[in-house]
Order: sequence, then structure tokens, then C-alpha cells
Amino acid sequence: MTEEIIIAGFGGQGVLSMGKILAYSGAMQDKEVSWMPSYGPEMRGGTANVSVIISDERISSPIISQFDTAIILNQQSLDKFEKTVKPGGVLLYDPNGVFNPPTRKDINIYKVAATEKASELGMAKVFNMIVLGAFLEVKPVVTEEFIEKGLLKSLPERHHKMIPENLKAVQTGKTIVETVFEL
Amino acid sequence: MAKELKLMKGNEAIAEAAIRSGCDGYFGYPITPQSEVMEHLMIEKPWETTGMVVLQAESETSSINMVYGGAGAGKKVMTSSSSPGISLMQEGLTYLAGAELPALVVNVVRGGPGLGTIQPSQADYFQAVKGGGHGDYQMYVLAPASVQEMYDFVFLGWEIAFKYRNPVMILSDGAIGQVMEKLYVGPHIPRWTEEELRKNAPWASCGKPADRDHNIITSLDLDSAKQELHNHKLQAKYREMEEKEVLFETINCEDAEYIFVAYGSSARIAQKAIQLGREKGIKVGLLRLITLFPFPKKQVAEFSKKVKGMLAVEMSAGQMVEDVRLAAEFRCPVEHFGRYGGIIHTPHEVLEALEEKIIKG
Repeated sequence: MTEEIIIAGFGGQGVLSMGKILAYSGAMQDKEVSWMPSYGPEMRGGTANVSVIISDERISSPIISQFDTAIILNQQSLDKFEKTVKPGGVLLYDPNGVFNPPTRKDINIYKVAATEKASELGMAKVFNMIVLGAFLEVKPVVTEEFIEKGLLKSLPERHHKMIPENLKAVQTGKTIVETVFEL
Repeated sequence: MAKELKLMKGNEAIAEAAIRSGCDGYFGYPITPQSEVMEHLMIEKPWETTGMVVLQAESETSSINMVYGGAGAGKKVMTSSSSPGISLMQEGLTYLAGAELPALVVNVVRGGPGLGTIQPSQADYFQAVKGGGHGDYQMYVLAPASVQEMYDFVFLGWEIAFKYRNPVMILSDGAIGQVMEKLYVGPHIPRWTEEELRKNAPWASCGKPADRDHNIITSLDLDSAKQELHNHKLQAKYREMEEKEVLFETINCEDAEYIFVAYGSSARIAQKAIQLGREKGIKVGLLRLITLFPFPKKQVAEFSKKVKGMLAVEMSAGQMVEDVRLAAEFRCPVEHFGRYGGIIHTPHEVLEALEEKIIKG
């Protein structure tokens, strides 16, 4: 199994930390992992993206341009990354602020209204974990047990009290993900 | 001894390795994409545990001269920077080489020339292996291609630097500096005691006991006859490195008809291009350079007798390719492919270049 993922959205949406938690969880589950961020000016107020690879084998290149899954959190990222999903792959997006939804017919498309749900439940801080939950519902590349271990390892100790809320957000994401188009 | 698993950025791995390898001092000045080296050191506060000095200097010029001072006293000292900062250090590097001082210098390369861009590049190859500073000198140049190698090469760097009394450069790039991968770290190696330092670096200028002459650290000798002899000695050292210290890795080369030659992040990208190529039935392998100086001339020469062509893949307009061509001596076609100015080539582009430039050639 090799899962090549791009996560893209605005800086501040928790794109990089979602990738980090996913990578840590994979590492805890004894997988090979890599986490390659966009860095520099585009992180400051603009778009942010990170590619994460989780694999049972040694990872050849952490730098990739085509993905098994794209997790998309704004229109700009959708415009940029819809075309980079491999045929037969997965595109998961948050419809908030997306006025031109994805149109491809050779990939599986899902949506998760994470922004809406997070504000409804007052869980804005763990918005990204709702998205992560939705992804894991579609592609269970790591098991829940290891998400908890990944959170323990990636969050500084002073934030460990937030772990139950994070896990609850993952559960929420799993239940609200919707199929838009399936092959 | 059991090794501990971490998930770290390449830059953080450099810092972690510095602390764990018994480094005495780090002197640096922040610059993207390598600022996490000093950041990690400042978070870890090794001065409270191992006694290692971490100092943010007022400039790169200052950092490299602090390194010169520490190295002259036999200490394990290092600095890190990125391309424009490394340019500022060139005077210090040639002085270190001339005065035969061990030191570790990390360059996490970004696109140039000038201030260029903060995105990854491999366009500092010439600067690292062909001089950069003035005079006939060489640094030992290591090219890590993973976070684990960023860590491991700090340890190897000290070994070579002190064995040959010569500066060692770790030539990385923004991608390997920023990527986070699994890292296995070993136990802490303590810093040298004063006794160990005097034994391991008897040439160091660290206080003269009564029973020996002054140890003098200098690169200056106005007597040209002596300076030529000194140069002979340096050259003999470089030839010995070429004889004994070449490092490389071959991947999928057993049946290869074509060879990618690459280092650092381009070598990782080339590995993915090999997978894509082999899915299409193209028998392609990779010669991954681990040392850039000394360059694996013999290995390139051997391949050039066996394969139909080689593609040098590097994020530059074509630098390492010159050394590949020199070693291949026209026995097979050698072409270059690379994006540059901060753009990273994709595995698909690399494979396409092989098909266009070599296979159809």
C-alpha cells in the first residue's frame, strides 16, 4: 500500500498540522511516511499545502506531482490540484467557499461540510480533524488507535488535554462525509 | 543500543545530530530554508546539558570566522546557512582549508543567483566542489538524500574533518531540509574532554604545555617554496580522499540500459522516475552520488562502458553533468536535465527527459 496525498487550503486552516498528525499516526503504525510542506511566502496569509505519503515500502520520492487523494479546503486549491489526482483516485473537499465544484468524471469525489459543522458545534479549533475524519472514512490508511498515538506524539504536552476533542472531531468527520460522485 | 524513532525535518535532524555527536559549538545566522537548524538548537538548549555553545552571530561572515577560531582550538564546531549566506562564507572556507582546520558547514541550497528564491535548488554544486573560495583547495562534500542522512552525515562529517584536518560540507537543499521523515537517533556521544582533545587534535592551539613547541594555525607563508610544499601536502590529502573516501549508491543498476546520475532530492525524484520507467519496460537505474567531492569517477567510467546513455538529473542549468561527462569520456551519451530557479522537477518530467534526450536521442 502506498497512499500519496495532497492537503491544500488557506494558511491557518491547520493544513500542515493535519498532515503532521496523519504522518505521525502512520509512523506509529510502523508505516513509512513523508511530509513535504510548501514553505515560504505562500504560507503567510496565502495558500498552504503539504504532501503526505504513507506506505508499506520505502518511499522513493517525497516530492510528487500526482496524488491518490487530494484534500481540498478552498477554491484556489481546487483549481490547482483537481487535475493532479490520479485517474481512479479520490478528491475530498469542503464546499465552504467553493463556487466552482469539481467536475472530473474519472475520479471519486466526496465532500465534507467541515467549516459549517465546526462552527455549528463550536469546534473551530479542531476543524482540520473533522476533515481528517472524513478522509479516514473514505480511505482508512491508518486506524483510529494510531490517530490517538499520532496526536500524543505530534502535539506538545500542554495541548494533550485537547486530544479527546480532536478524536471527537475525527468521529464527526466520519459521519458527515458525503459521496458526490463515485466510479 | 536501541535506537529511538522520531519524525523530524531534515534541518532539525542536523541540529539533533550536532547535539548527539558531541559538537562543541554552533555559530550561525538565520536564513530560509535552513532556519530550523538554529531554531531546534535554541529549543533544545544544549548549553544546559552537554555544554555545547549555540550562538547567533551578527552575520554569516562572523559565523564562519567563529568557526575558524573554534576549529583552531581543536573543537568540533559547525555552521549552517543557505546559498547567499554560504557565498559570504567563502573567504572563511578557503582559510579553513589553507590552515588545515576541521569544521562542518551545512548548505541547505536555495535558488539563485543573488538573493534568488527561497525554494529548493542544486545550483551550488560548482561552488561546493570546484573551490568557491580562492586557491587550490577542496572540501569533502556530502550530499544527503533523506532526513536520516542529514543526521548520519553530521557524525561522518566530524570523522572525515578530523581525519584529514579539512572542512567538510553537507550540501543539502530546501526540499531535504524541509521534508519530515522517520529518523532513528542513537545515543549521545559526549563532547571531548580537554585530555581527549589534546590527544585527538595534537595540532590544536589550545594552550602550550612546556614539553612541545608552539602550535601555529595559519594559512599564510610568504616563502613561496614553503607554500608550494604546503600545497603539495594539501593535494596529497585530496588524492587520498579520492582513493579512500568515495561514497555512492547504485539502485536498480544490475540490468540497466540507462542510468540516471543524481544526488540529494533529485536522486529521490529519480527513484520515482525509475518506478515509472520500469512500469513502461524501460530498464533504467540510478547512480546516486553520496560524495560530490571526491566524485565517483571510476563508477561513472564503468557504467559508461556498459550502458546506452546517462542522464544527469540536477536542479541546476547543468553543473554536475560536467563531471559525469569528464568521467564518461564520450564512451556513451551523457545529457543533462533539470528545472532550476527554485522549481523542482517532477518524476514524470525526469522520465520524459530520458525518453526524449537519450532513448530517442
